[in-house]
Amino acid sequence: MSECAEVSAPEPVFAEPWHAQVFALTVHLNESGRFSWGDWVERFSATLKRHGLSRELDGGEDYFRAWLETLEMFLAEDGAASRAEAEVMRSRWEEAYLSTPHGAPVHLRG
Amino acid sequence: MPHDHSDHPHALLPPDPALRVKALETILTEKGLIDPAALEEIIDTYQNRIGPQNGARVVAKAWNDPDFKAALLADAGPVLAELGYYGRQGEHMVVVENTPVLHNMVVCTLCSCYPWPLLGIPPGWYKSDAYRARAVREPRKVLAEFGVTLPKEAAVRVWDSTAEVRYLVLPMRPEGAEDLSEAELAALVTRDSMIGTGLAKVPGEAPA
Repeated sequence: MSECAEVSAPEPVFAEPWHAQVFALTVHLNESGRFSWGDWVERFSATLKRHGLSRELDGGEDYFRAWLETLEMFLAEDGAASRAEAEVMRSRWEEAYLSTPHGAPVHLRG
Repeated sequence: MPHDHSDHPHALLPPDPALRVKALETILTEKGLIDPAALEEIIDTYQNRIGPQNGARVVAKAWNDPDFKAALLADAGPVLAELGYYGRQGEHMVVVENTPVLHNMVVCTLCSCYPWPLLGIPPGWYKSDAYRARAVREPRKVLAEFGVTLPKEAAVRVWDSTAEVRYLVLPMRPEGAEDLSEAELAALVTRDSMIGTGLAKVPGEAPA
């Protein structure tokens, strides 16, 4: 099938690395028993519905933003990662990027 | 440009959602709730190993082997599992067959439930509000926009996927494909033909 893949020049599976990461994170949490896929779908479709009320979603970036928001809410509710924890950790990563010289690997500061 | 590469003083700051995903990953890893290696494996699988070529292989086999096709249409789960395709989320797979008088088309009005093991990650349009809303309401119009015109006598049936049940369309075998090998047949099966928004390619047709 390799020749076939070359001819059809497939579009990238994930447009942005973080789309892949949030997808994988969710699949992994489901597979390790954190939640059922049915529960996930119920929450995710509710988020999409809510977002879709104010504007038409195009299924790209807005889709994964809704996905991320759903996962954040889910993890905050079940206590795995509270809003506050997530916000603090986000700031630590931002700080790490801003204080790492261009080209060097980015690590969180202890 | 705010971000010029040559004199960039610090690492390029990823967009806000990327930082939020990293934050969740770090928190869950520190708590021992996730295994970062497993995340890598999942991304690699969906980026490199799972895609429409899996579904195309199944369709080509069904075109070639009547017994396989009968078993696939009767209960796809065990047949697909034998080929190594099974739902990681434990969902049921149902295969629906196109005929000269019936065209099947798949949507997920809820979110974007999709036969991942057979087709990989859905394309953007499948996840869009426009497709999700209109596929059910005006399927012929949507099909026309995809360049598919059906004969008048063909009915259209739209299948709404859920978390539990995912559908795959078995497209009609194109004319002139009688003497092709299974691998050659598989090359005619496009992703869209298995969602029902396209038809299988005719042998000799330029690749889409």
